[in-house]
Amino acid sequence: MQVKTLRFLHRGQQREIQNVPPTRTLLQLIREDLHLCGTKEGCNEGDCGACTVVLREPGESEYKAVNSCIRFAHSIEGLELTTVEDLSADGPLHPAQEALVQCHGSQCGFCTPGFVMSMFALHENSLARRQVVDRSAAQVALSGNLCRCTGYRPILDAAVTMQMLSKNEQTMQEIRWQSAQKGLKTACKPAVGDYLLPTTLAELLVLRSQHSAAQIVAGCTDVGLWVNKGHQELTQILDVSRVAELRRIERYPHHIAMGAAVSLHEAYAALVQDRPQLKTFSERFAGLSVRNSGTLGGNVANGSPIGDSMPLLIALKANVVLMSVRGHREMPLEQLYTGYRKNVMAHDEVLAWIKVPRPTSSEFSRIYKISKRYDDDISAVCLAISAERVMEGDGDAIRRLSIGVGGVAATPVRAIKTEALCEDPTTVSGLFGSIKAALQAEFDPISDMRASSAYRRELLGALIDRFESDWRGEKLVSLESWEDLAQVLS
Amino acid sequence: MSAGSNMALPTAGQSVAHESARAQVQGAVRYVDDIPELQGTLHAAPVMSRIAHGRVRSLDFSAALAMPGVRGVVTQADIPGDPIFAAFGHDEPIFATETVQYVGNVLAIIVADDVMTARKAARRVKADIEPLPAILSTQEAMEKNHFVLPPVHVARGDADTALSVAAHRLQGAFSVGGQEHFYLEGQVTYAQPQEMGQWLIYSSTQHPGEVQHWVAHALKLSLHDVRVETRRMGGGFGGKETQAGHLAVWSALAALKFASPVKLRLDRDDDFLITGKRHPFDYDYEVGFDDTGLLSGLRVSMRVNCGFSADLSGPVADRAIFHLDNAYFLQDVSISSYRCKTHTQSHTAFRGFGGPQGMMVIETIMGEIARYLKVDALQVRRRNLYATAGQTTHYGMPVEDNILHDLLSKLEHSAQYQRRRETINAWNSQHNHFKRGISITPVKFGISFTATLFNQAGALVHVYTDGSVQINHGGTEMGQGLHTKVAQIVAHELGISLALVRATASDTSKIPNASATAASAGTDLNGRAAQFAAASVKGKLAAFVSGLDHCGAGAISFRDGQVISPTQSRPWQDVVSAAYANRIQLWSDGFYATPKIHYDKTTLTGRPFYYFAYGAACTEVIIDARTGESRILKVDILHDAGRSINPAIDIGQIEGAFVQGMGWLTTEQLVWNENGHLATHAPSTYKIPATGCIPEHFNVALWNEPNREDNIFGSKAVGEPPFMLAISVWEAIREAVAAASGDTSRLNAPCTAENVLRCKTVKIQA
Repeated sequence: MQVKTLRFLHRGQQREIQNVPPTRTLLQLIREDLHLCGTKEGCNEGDCGACTVVLREPGESEYKAVNSCIRFAHSIEGLELTTVEDLSADGPLHPAQEALVQCHGSQCGFCTPGFVMSMFALHENSLARRQVVDRSAAQVALSGNLCRCTGYRPILDAAVTMQMLSKNEQTMQEIRWQSAQKGLKTACKPAVGDYLLPTTLAELLVLRSQHSAAQIVAGCTDVGLWVNKGHQELTQILDVSRVAELRRIERYPHHIAMGAAVSLHEAYAALVQDRPQLKTFSERFAGLSVRNSGTLGGNVANGSPIGDSMPLLIALKANVVLMSVRGHREMPLEQLYTGYRKNVMAHDEVLAWIKVPRPTSSEFSRIYKISKRYDDDISAVCLAISAERVMEGDGDAIRRLSIGVGGVAATPVRAIKTEALCEDPTTVSGLFGSIKAALQAEFDPISDMRASSAYRRELLGALIDRFESDWRGEKLVSLESWEDLAQVLS
Repeated sequence: MSAGSNMALPTAGQSVAHESARAQVQGAVRYVDDIPELQGTLHAAPVMSRIAHGRVRSLDFSAALAMPGVRGVVTQADIPGDPIFAAFGHDEPIFATETVQYVGNVLAIIVADDVMTARKAARRVKADIEPLPAILSTQEAMEKNHFVLPPVHVARGDADTALSVAAHRLQGAFSVGGQEHFYLEGQVTYAQPQEMGQWLIYSSTQHPGEVQHWVAHALKLSLHDVRVETRRMGGGFGGKETQAGHLAVWSALAALKFASPVKLRLDRDDDFLITGKRHPFDYDYEVGFDDTGLLSGLRVSMRVNCGFSADLSGPVADRAIFHLDNAYFLQDVSISSYRCKTHTQSHTAFRGFGGPQGMMVIETIMGEIARYLKVDALQVRRRNLYATAGQTTHYGMPVEDNILHDLLSKLEHSAQYQRRRETINAWNSQHNHFKRGISITPVKFGISFTATLFNQAGALVHVYTDGSVQINHGGTEMGQGLHTKVAQIVAHELGISLALVRATASDTSKIPNASATAASAGTDLNGRAAQFAAASVKGKLAAFVSGLDHCGAGAISFRDGQVISPTQSRPWQDVVSAAYANRIQLWSDGFYATPKIHYDKTTLTGRPFYYFAYGAACTEVIIDARTGESRILKVDILHDAGRSINPAIDIGQIEGAFVQGMGWLTTEQLVWNENGHLATHAPSTYKIPATGCIPEHFNVALWNEPNREDNIFGSKAVGEPPFMLAISVWEAIREAVAAASGDTSRLNAPCTAENVLRCKTVKIQA
């Protein structure tokens, strides 16, 4: 094992920890090496939020709540780490903590540190942006934290009242920590060893060509499970999360190019900017703490048949750009996949960019997700449809239909046969029924713990019905958004 | 503490914060896994069967033992005592050695220097198991007479005749799924060998006394050699009643073999696979009724999926029988309860303890009758409600404290049920793809352990010379606020500030033979015992002061931190130090046994409960009739906690229980595949409610009336009863399904989108 000293900022001090193995998790580092036991292990797979801690990049004001259990310790190289113990280390309770006490938001207390940290990030970020934390913002910010005791009402109350307890000024501690932070330059390591953390694309490509067996990670929100649950022995990690070029979102007249290391949170924010109808869906993708770590590139490269980004990207006709020291190639996203979690990438290639076309004035696109729980759940079926809405004669018509589907095959797929119905402009009268029949005939979904094959097939039809409702401008098409529901039912 | 330190207010009855709240939000409270490890501590992990039922041919540990850091393996050969757990049914081997009975059955324990090594090694053990036919459904168990305990039949009146003369009859069959506890802190034990063959076990358990008993039984020790300590659990919900015993025995055996402290903390997925859940139930019923919906004859058969062993299945299934009536008078009733043995986890205690599964039948029937008669379901429920007094349950207990007539009326009014029902009907007639439903369901839940002997408790109150007070009792803290309430009771009794009273860890060396903290009775039992202990100390101090002031001891009062005689008021601290100097005992014990209760186990008749706790909920839902998805839109609850010792804590229990019940009936689905493997073994696949599931309109009010029985401070138990308020969600969804022309008789719980859509199409099978 050849690993470099891990350096990060904690309580205004630079900490150095030696001999941290490449797949040691951040939670193990915190509990076992730093002996800070306030941060808890609830599920060890990023689904409960008991392990939530907050990270910040030097010079940035944004605090990010992340799951420490599925992140590798070395991923915080050069970052500022805040754990629950730090908030009131030498002073009064932070407003997030005080509000939880006053609202009776803790019972058994085991999930509490995670909630505190998500609320802390929400509080600080809202303060910096001068935003009021309302119930909706609180639900989104706490979507990755589970509580089994309270039923959440007091926790949500605490989140929406904590700003009233805020002194609205930085504590002395905070000022001190920030001044210390300036001393910490980007402390990324030279790119050698068992945890490779390149900072430029050129460096990444060379490393990839030299270490084709290294496991690439970005947010590690899936690879963390391979280690924790699958007990995989990964001897070398190539972490792309610091590659400056791959963290960019570039807007061009006809497409947005998103670097593979852009977080899901930021990537979806960019997509929602162009297509506001994706907002609720974007908030249903995992919990915020996973969206803060996980990347769009990771979701795509991982290629899970139930990953939610791919149906959307397929429907929007996104391309991916693969790069290597040999050059680059671009292809439609669905062509990346050759089978269950298999893809066309060569040993020296990395997924570098995802290019999503900007909407045209005639685009009518929607995405629908069905899962047991609205938030932070994996789709039984995810259906994304993008149609070009045109007038054909006197009638409303569809020209070109683009459909991406998840949960119905071994990979995320394009519904090629169904799309063929609208190669030419077709008036919608009777069309939706044909689309429905074609889509249900095109796939033979499996039964598993999320849904039966029969139900998945029913859903393909039901979601085309929903699309038709959307097309017709019906006010209520789904139950996923509390705001929409409140509006319709008021 | 906030309001608690306000000396002008009585301490009991105030919404003070949880005794650990400030430390909890700072990450400064200690759970078992946070206890600083002793040098030489080893870590254990279970070796589990991947076969549901089979004969063990051999276990090959060589690959596991070859791993660096692995210390060894613990098997049946390492058990000094009985190789069977000291469980109620004496039917669970500590290690499955000859046969495996479920996927997750523990075969052996691997011990290593660190936990990940132990877990990795455990998975490298090669188990050669010859598969045998596995029984995975209650139906199959019934066909093969495969039971963990014999069937129980309870009848009153003549159900057959009543059914035959009834104006209307309905039949139905449905299922209710199990439920994973999903305590946020998984199961964990830290076993530390002590001097002279003694043991200290840190266990996350609701029942330290049982852990002590199980460990002593397996290690062939006297109980006095095993001390079990539990400061707090990160959630219990019934899942750490018997289930903590297994881990404690495994870790103690490992600690014995390797003469080292051993910690055993289950990985979440292993916890799902190994430990028992809420019992899934299957029902068949036939009910008769008249034109007004009044019941005339009821026959119910309940098939209880108990898993591979008895565990607590007997009392759970019994409580389902006791609570089958819920709030309704059943004149002619016949109930059969079959305790089916299946090759799955051994299902266990879970908040409500069979009560929810019993109530589901009758509430489903009430809804079906109303929809059949095309009348308001609340009207049918009212028609069948127990009278305020004078009627007895089907197990022979008089219902003397029924407040539901008034409580339902109050909730009906405050939630504007009738007006909303009309609005919803009108809305439904204008919408095809979405339908709304509203329902009010009541709860009547019996309080006491049905096993009468468990209804006893002890407590200690220690007053130190500076006036500070330490309390200890046999109950355990799992987040429910027991320690807070008991501290409030003691502070109240002594007339001192809550800040002077500190709760301490449950410890078998302090209060022996304590019952499980279960059956909602934690505060009733331990609070009263602590009150008696405090009263005893107070009596000694009163006698001392009365001697100083030459008055009767009865003239001395304790309030606002003062000890007050007719002639003088002295600060509490001064009296305590003076009493010490005068050699007055400043500590005492207290003991309480619940009065009035008795119960014949053979006939299931008597008065198993000291009193009933009541409540009702009004829930409104909306469903998407095309996909089966649903949303809970509004919840209004009126619940009876008697004279609340801590309204904030009680409301927290009510809300938490409701949401947990809502999860049981909506998103939480346990799926076993055809091989008996639990496919939903992690929060990625098993979905408990999240923040986004909670409606903004979520009102909880407390019924303002003291317990009519003489219970601590006039309060009522509140841990379990509100769980069953969530049955209003089930009934509201059925109302919406009916409005969507769905067949409600096809609905099984939980109401996942798929199960709801099944009511609309026969293409989806159960």
